[in-house]
Amino acid sequence: MARVGLRHLTVTIAGASALVGLTYLLDPFRNYQLATAAAYLCATAGLTLLIGLNGQVSLGHGALMATGAYTVALLPSGMLLLSVAAAVLVATLAGAVVGVAAARLRGPYLAGVTLAVTMVVPAVTTMADAVFHGDQGLSVAAPPAPLWVAPERWQAWQAIAAAAVTLFVLANLLRSRFGREWRAVRDDEVAAQLAGIPVARTQVLAFVVSAACAGLGGAMFAVLAQSVSPSTFSLTLSLYLLLAVVVGGLGSLAGAAWGALLLVLLPDAIHSVTDGLPLGPDLAQRLTGNLPLAVFGLTLVLVVLAVPGGLQGLLVRAVRRLR
Amino acid sequence: MRTILHRGLTLAAASVLVIAAAACGGGSSGTPGVTASTVVVGTHQPLTGPASPGYSKISVATKAYFDHVNAHGGVHGRKITYRVMDDGYNPANTQQVVRKLVLSDRVFAVLNGLGTPTHTGVLDFLKTNRVPDLFVASGSRSWNQPAKYPTTFGFNPDYTVEGKILATYIKGNLPNRKVCFFGQADDFGRDALAGVRQVLGAGTIATRQSYVPTNTDVAPQLSTLKAAGCQVVVSATVPGFTALAVATAARLGFRPQWVVSNVGGDKTTLAARLGAAGAPLLDGLVSAGYLPAVDEPANPWTVQFRKIAEEYAPDLEFDGNVIYGMSVGYLFVQALQAAGRDLTRTSIVDAVTANGFTGPGMVPLRFSAGDHSGYGGLRVNRVTGGKQAYVGPVYVTDDRSGPVREYTEAAPTPPANAIPVG
Repeated sequence: MARVGLRHLTVTIAGASALVGLTYLLDPFRNYQLATAAAYLCATAGLTLLIGLNGQVSLGHGALMATGAYTVALLPSGMLLLSVAAAVLVATLAGAVVGVAAARLRGPYLAGVTLAVTMVVPAVTTMADAVFHGDQGLSVAAPPAPLWVAPERWQAWQAIAAAAVTLFVLANLLRSRFGREWRAVRDDEVAAQLAGIPVARTQVLAFVVSAACAGLGGAMFAVLAQSVSPSTFSLTLSLYLLLAVVVGGLGSLAGAAWGALLLVLLPDAIHSVTDGLPLGPDLAQRLTGNLPLAVFGLTLVLVVLAVPGGLQGLLVRAVRRLR
Repeated sequence: MRTILHRGLTLAAASVLVIAAAACGGGSSGTPGVTASTVVVGTHQPLTGPASPGYSKISVATKAYFDHVNAHGGVHGRKITYRVMDDGYNPANTQQVVRKLVLSDRVFAVLNGLGTPTHTGVLDFLKTNRVPDLFVASGSRSWNQPAKYPTTFGFNPDYTVEGKILATYIKGNLPNRKVCFFGQADDFGRDALAGVRQVLGAGTIATRQSYVPTNTDVAPQLSTLKAAGCQVVVSATVPGFTALAVATAARLGFRPQWVVSNVGGDKTTLAARLGAAGAPLLDGLVSAGYLPAVDEPANPWTVQFRKIAEEYAPDLEFDGNVIYGMSVGYLFVQALQAAGRDLTRTSIVDAVTANGFTGPGMVPLRFSAGDHSGYGGLRVNRVTGGKQAYVGPVYVTDDRSGPVREYTEAAPTPPANAIPVG
């Protein structure tokens, strides 16, 4: 076990250092995208654990990200590490509440409840207008980057650090007793119960861990954007997260990374394509807002039909064939 | 061991992908977005989403105006390229698209970024990157913070100025009515309410209700206003929600006197929203403006702008949004001319600060070293028989407790081709 942990640590540090090195090769905008992808990765890694390894679907992870983001926005700026820790804590608590309900529900009912959680976010921010400032949201005064590093590079480092911590913790959890229990419950609840695994408790725990990751991702979103508004955490975000983990490859952390990268690059790529096409202004206008959603949906259908293992599954198969 | 291999492979593949993508972006020295023959400016606009009715035409009109100027040789030999990004009136998208404009497309300046909630979120980012943030399409007072945001300048009269002027009209023309307020739940609504209260007195607003742009059900708010017996409703709403409010009220059998902010009071936009059956509901609607009107066919600015629209954007229905978009383009060309041949981010900010611009606006722009707010006044208009015509005097005032004064100086006539003389 210790050896596995050490190996994970080595891989994490190596990966994070490689990405930090990468930030020196990228222009500011690509660094910002890298930072966004890393922030997404915190959430998608947590979600892929929940769905892929524990068999619970959540359409509420956007809302859990919102709890993290708003926590950072509402706490005094200056001690970023502390407010990020608080954000994870708040999201964990929110996750525990939702998780307890979730452990009693299955399939579409579970999806329904978590969907409701997502719908509550804009309602809460509007009702408690004095605190959350409604749709306009709050600004986040993150401490500025040190003088010797470009602001976007600094943001990328912060997000990479968050993603690295998330992946390290999750990789170890997956290899531990908890990971085995999560998988056992996913595969067969009755068999798991017979083997002495407390099913409900295992499910709640998976939800809580997943929520903590979402909270961290949300906190990083707040830091990167220097502002928080409910529209960031709309139903679309929750759906995008779900799409990302399925397209990336359900149940694998590498798949979560692919998904996170896709969430950042795909809308951008689509915009470049529509930009290059000689479309009428009217059609171009209608496309810019809606095309990414359509492409994502189509990709999801194709992936589920053709490569159920997602991008990561495809990659693994390709590597095997090469050997 | 195999998982590690896979993970490493994934990482490597991802890195290659990102580097490849990065290689597409180029870098250059000097002022971003400026060459000897071009200047690239960007904007974020609600081409889709809850604020798109009406507003989606603004950037098309600005672009048409720039095409017109480019066809006449550009400014100081530079053609203007206008990059329009859709943010769907969603502050989260604005974050993304403005970063793309500044960091990836390397625009020289952000021009006329639209919306109070959307643009508020990018002020800090634009400041950090020292990007000129010119003529924001909103009347929030946030744009006027020269010490905090030295490169941000407004365009619209701020909502507090407007609130004071609309309230002055109410005081003089609709006395002894029960006045209520319906506004957007952000700085737009808050600033407008502050202005109305400034003139009518804090205790005179019987009931106030608000809406969020993401929720299109306004029936509860309008039921409350109806139940309170409101006779005049001051409405700080974007066009989509003005139309929604007017239609919902009519369905509830509630017919107050509507007094609407200029950003949500363009008759052509509202009539298109309401359809043929609903358009008569607009009769009597009071709003305000500070630019030439569509229903002033003899106004030389209207004539010129209509001509440009017909030539460069023939599919665009000519309305207040088109005049607005062209006026923004006109002012930006003036600023470019004033900034001189050697265009830098500093020189354009200095040129805007120096002010002295006159154009289609009926009142002066307030730009100075200590003031970054746009137009300082408005004229009330009223819909009568399907025409939206100005009534009464032009007013100017400030965003504090200063008096509402009449402004009598006439607007200048447009230069030839409606291109400012540099």
